[in-house]
Amino acid sequence: MSSFAVKNLAQGSRELIAFRVGDQEFCVNIMSVREIRGWTPATPMPHAPAYVMGVINLRGAVLPIIDLSARLGMAEAEPTARHVIIVAQVKSKVVGLLVEAVSDILTITEENIQPVPEISSDLEKQYARGILAIDKRMICMIELDALFPEKESEAA
Amino acid sequence: MDMNEIKEIFFQECEEQLAELESGLLKLNDGDRDPETVNAVFRAVHSIKGGAGAFGLDDLVSFAHVFETTLDCVRSNKLEPTQDVLKVMLKSADVLADLVSASRDGGGIDESRSRALVKELEALAHGEMPSASAHEAPKPAPKAAPAPAPVAKAEPPKPTDESGFQPIPFTFDGFGDDEEPALEGSVYEITFKPRRELYSKGNEAALLLRDLSRLGDMSINCDMDALPALDKMDPEASYFGWKISLKTVKSEDDIRTVFEFAEWDCDLDVKLAEEAASDEELPMIPVPFDLGILDEPSISEEEEKAVQSSADETVAAAVSAAETATSVAKAAGRASEKKESAAAAAAAAAQNNAAAAAAAAGQTIRVDLDRVDRLINLVGELVINQAMLSQSVVENDATGTSAVNMGLEELQQLTREIQDSVMAIRAQPVKPVFQRMSRIVREVADMVGKQIRLVTEGENTEVDKTVIDKIAEPLTHMIRNAVDHGIESPEKREAAGKDPEGTIKLSAKHRSGRILIELTDDGGGINRERVRQKAIDNDIIAADANLSDDEIDNLIFMAGFSTADKISDISGRGVGMDVVKRSIQALGGRISISSRPGLGSTFTMSLPLTLAVLDGMVVTVAGQTLVVPLTAIVETLQPEASAIHSFGASQRLISIRNSFCPLVDVGRVLNYRATQANPVEGVALLVESEGGGQRALMVDAIQGQRQVVIKSLEANYTHVPGIAAATILGDGRVALILDVDAVVAASRGQSMKPEMSLAATG
Repeated sequence: MSSFAVKNLAQGSRELIAFRVGDQEFCVNIMSVREIRGWTPATPMPHAPAYVMGVINLRGAVLPIIDLSARLGMAEAEPTARHVIIVAQVKSKVVGLLVEAVSDILTITEENIQPVPEISSDLEKQYARGILAIDKRMICMIELDALFPEKESEAA
Repeated sequence: MDMNEIKEIFFQECEEQLAELESGLLKLNDGDRDPETVNAVFRAVHSIKGGAGAFGLDDLVSFAHVFETTLDCVRSNKLEPTQDVLKVMLKSADVLADLVSASRDGGGIDESRSRALVKELEALAHGEMPSASAHEAPKPAPKAAPAPAPVAKAEPPKPTDESGFQPIPFTFDGFGDDEEPALEGSVYEITFKPRRELYSKGNEAALLLRDLSRLGDMSINCDMDALPALDKMDPEASYFGWKISLKTVKSEDDIRTVFEFAEWDCDLDVKLAEEAASDEELPMIPVPFDLGILDEPSISEEEEKAVQSSADETVAAAVSAAETATSVAKAAGRASEKKESAAAAAAAAAQNNAAAAAAAAGQTIRVDLDRVDRLINLVGELVINQAMLSQSVVENDATGTSAVNMGLEELQQLTREIQDSVMAIRAQPVKPVFQRMSRIVREVADMVGKQIRLVTEGENTEVDKTVIDKIAEPLTHMIRNAVDHGIESPEKREAAGKDPEGTIKLSAKHRSGRILIELTDDGGGINRERVRQKAIDNDIIAADANLSDDEIDNLIFMAGFSTADKISDISGRGVGMDVVKRSIQALGGRISISSRPGLGSTFTMSLPLTLAVLDGMVVTVAGQTLVVPLTAIVETLQPEASAIHSFGASQRLISIRNSFCPLVDVGRVLNYRATQANPVEGVALLVESEGGGQRALMVDAIQGQRQVVIKSLEANYTHVPGIAAATILGDGRVALILDVDAVVAASRGQSMKPEMSLAATG
């Protein structure tokens, strides 16, 4: 499992955006982040899973907002004006990730990444791609593509 | 601009030419005998050939050439465009289209088919009528064509005019080795009169004549009758014509090939000598003219000089005026008679014709679709922004009389107008799609051995390009179905006392802001017994279900339904009418069928004119703002408590003018609230769904009516059952557009399965 986690990483250094969700810290590849913006109320979607907060208008495009806390299996967020939306590209789609705050921009190399320990949680196995230890903090590197699998049937 | 871009333009033009070709052939098929139609068809093939030659697309060129040759026989009235002939030609047009797309996208085509057609075309060009079995090379049939074949039996060469021959040696080298061997040459009378366009396009009469001389023994006379007096002469006009007598073993087509790129800019007449002799000749005084001198420019005979200078002066204005004047004056002196006025009148007429043709073609420009889409998106933003601005002004200025308000109203009108105009850019006639269908009918009918005629109506009805692009597929499927299942075999039709040739009618028209496409066949209609049985077999309905005829007919739209007994190549490949229905629905359209046993069926599709905007009613449901497409709403009403009747455990009906209509709480269907709202506190929207039934949709309040810009939910999210799309309202928030049909279907008990692409799989 761990070897799979590490082999997806490119050589050399890379930049990540770190953010807080609940009391944990996560990070994603900066290349997938389009912009960061403040929270605006979303229009709820019918028949949507709990972690889909709804959709907002991003300069004319309809952008779904994902409560990352709920998506990662933690408590549902109660968004305030202080919450932040990370607009990210996930495969062909653009989604907004609701997080508590953006904490850091990290430049790391392969050596900084530790493999994900063998734990039983399926959810974590799916999205966690490594763990970073930075300033005594633990930051979990997640892969957005794995969080939001695209169904082939939707392509039609 | 690199070669690929130029090639891309060529292919785009090919598409247009192919469309032109097909529509022309279809017109001929319908009995149109306008020479202009024949010309248009010929021109289309000719242009494709010309372009293909420039890109070295040899397959395309050779096929187009044979096709062109045959068309030319039609053009010169040697070949009667009968149904049989046109059948071959339509097939050739299909093959030509295949060749074009093969050249564009790579990949091959069915070579045996194109070879067979080449044979048929050649046979036609040689005066043979097509045999009954179209796929085999036709056997020589009685010569029905009015004129003899171009490569005729040997004719003794005979001088046709007083000038006599000046034999010019030539070789056969460089000519195609596929020429049919002709024993001896025939004598052709060729009249060649360039127009000024010929010179202005950089063609040179002398070079054409020289090429011609290489085909055989040739004598040439210059016709200078049209030459006006010097003071009346236009230095860039064309005054000379040539009368050529050519003895050659080549066919008339080879002669015409010489003039290939000049043909549209000259009057060219090629006929066999004996025909020519019987024809009344143009009044002209032949001037003996020896072409041999063309090969040796140093010889300065007067005639030659006249010809040369006349040609030169028109090709380029660079020739000194003095020199021109002298030589032309000399030539003028030799021409004993001048038919100035006649020539001038003819020239004027030709110019008028050209002008009229240009006007008819209209002025168009080719624009990249992306640019148009970008413009449409921007205008969409503008509309939203304008609405937002209006709203905030209204909020801050309650009186509504300020100059700002007035200006805003004008702005609103302007944006609306801009939007309409931009949308109009994308509007296209449905013609190309309809034309494609005629090909499908031909091919499928051939495959299943049926005789079917496709009649199209209203093909100039305009609709947004995206709609056009997207209806092609479902329409193709329906046409295949109609041919395969709808129309019966000729024997069955005859037994039923019908015309053995079936008719499929495809029509388009605008109706109340939508486009209505109808597909009617005069086949056997839906076999309700079989449909019912099949539906029972496939567990679609219960064995004892009590269904109306209409309901049975509509069963064919259910998933997993195919009535064909055996799976054929053409239809019934597991994709049924349910796929058609879904793709129509995805376009915001509706489809229904009506069928009369023994008389045929009619499929009716109603589609929005554009996929970009929609007139909607903005309503509130459980605190959420929703947009209901206005086209779906029949009426709105405020229900009274006395009109609401409970029906069973959870159903409620509303009585409207003594009929009962199920009440659907939109808030419940969309899961906005857990319990049903009190109907008396809300508003009922009476909607008509595509199944025909009426439903009363309960909403809490109506906010207003407005045009909204449709935004895709699927782009970033996923399809949501009950929701057609999203839009952005004046306050900048997203509002969802209700999918009325889906909501109605849900109320019928059909489940709305959420398809979640963003859902966790773990």
